Amino acid sequence: MAVIRCLLVALALLTAGLAQGAAIEVREFDDPVLEKRYESLTASMRCPTCQNQAINDSDAPVSGDMRDRVYLLLQEGRSDMEIRDHMVQRFGDYILYNPRFEGRTYLLWGLPAALVVAGGILVMLLVRTRRNASVRALSDEERRRLETLINRGEGQ
Amino acid sequence: MTRRLLLLLPLLGFLLLLLFLYLGLGLNPFHRESKLVEESRAFPAFELTTLEDPEQRVDESLMPGEVTLVNVWGEWCPECKREMPQLLDLADRGVRLVGVNWKDTRDKAQGFLEEFGDPFEVNIFDPEGELAFELGVYGAPESFLVDRDGIIRYHHTGYISPSDLREHILPEVEKWQ
Repeated sequence: MAVIRCLLVALALLTAGLAQGAAIEVREFDDPVLEKRYESLTASMRCPTCQNQAINDSDAPVSGDMRDRVYLLLQEGRSDMEIRDHMVQRFGDYILYNPRFEGRTYLLWGLPAALVVAGGILVMLLVRTRRNASVRALSDEERRRLETLINRGEGQ
Repeated sequence: MTRRLLLLLPLLGFLLLLLFLYLGLGLNPFHRESKLVEESRAFPAFELTTLEDPEQRVDESLMPGEVTLVNVWGEWCPECKREMPQLLDLADRGVRLVGVNWKDTRDKAQGFLEEFGDPFEVNIFDPEGELAFELGVYGAPESFLVDRDGIIRYHHTGYISPSDLREHILPEVEKWQ
């Protein structure tokens, strides 16, 4: 029963996906470079009304308008940077899947790198203290203590 | 003893992360500050006609002079019907309202106003969504408060409930008046 239900849900999701795919227009480009840029631009912008869909994957009206605008600006010869700026000016930083590197995103971009560096330093320090500890020979007192411990074990 | 305490450091870090993520869970994913408010931008330039008269052209010079609530709506938008009583209330209190009729037809939009009331001084007819795009509108209804210098000061996404009106809209109107 559960298996059938699972299959039905999967089928429903699949057909929903197909229906949505069909709603997105196909655009003709004379220049293959422009076409590639159009694809990568629309894949890198998040639809403002959907929770997590790129505008090339969403049939929300606003995504359609944004695709139209990207197409128009590409035809006008604007650069990728200008097109992203154009959208951010209107819809905010939210729409960028890759936030730009600026004042308030230093932490976001910098933290992973900082953590890797900190982890590396930590490992280095640990290795160094271990190595120092192992090379050091036992002092006389430590040797005596070791002996008594061993003897006690044998005595039992 | 201090070495022992150092061992607790990773746990502390983990608890901090947990707190951070927990606070994130409580955020409203639909709430976003409008870029136009963030940068205190002037109402964007546009040139369209009014809903009432296809011959009457309007542009951004409509805005400055008085604190104005610009409401983006459409006949096709069910939430817009629900917020009409609140908008009529605002108009009764003497607040100036300008509508942006978004992706609609004149007939349907005029029918809507006849049925649900018309709190707007004027309606900008924006069938292609040109002005709405400039405003960064992504769903109706959305409202923008424009101050007397024509600067956008406040943004409300979605339906304005009676409590939104009391707690957010009216205080903002007062603040900029």
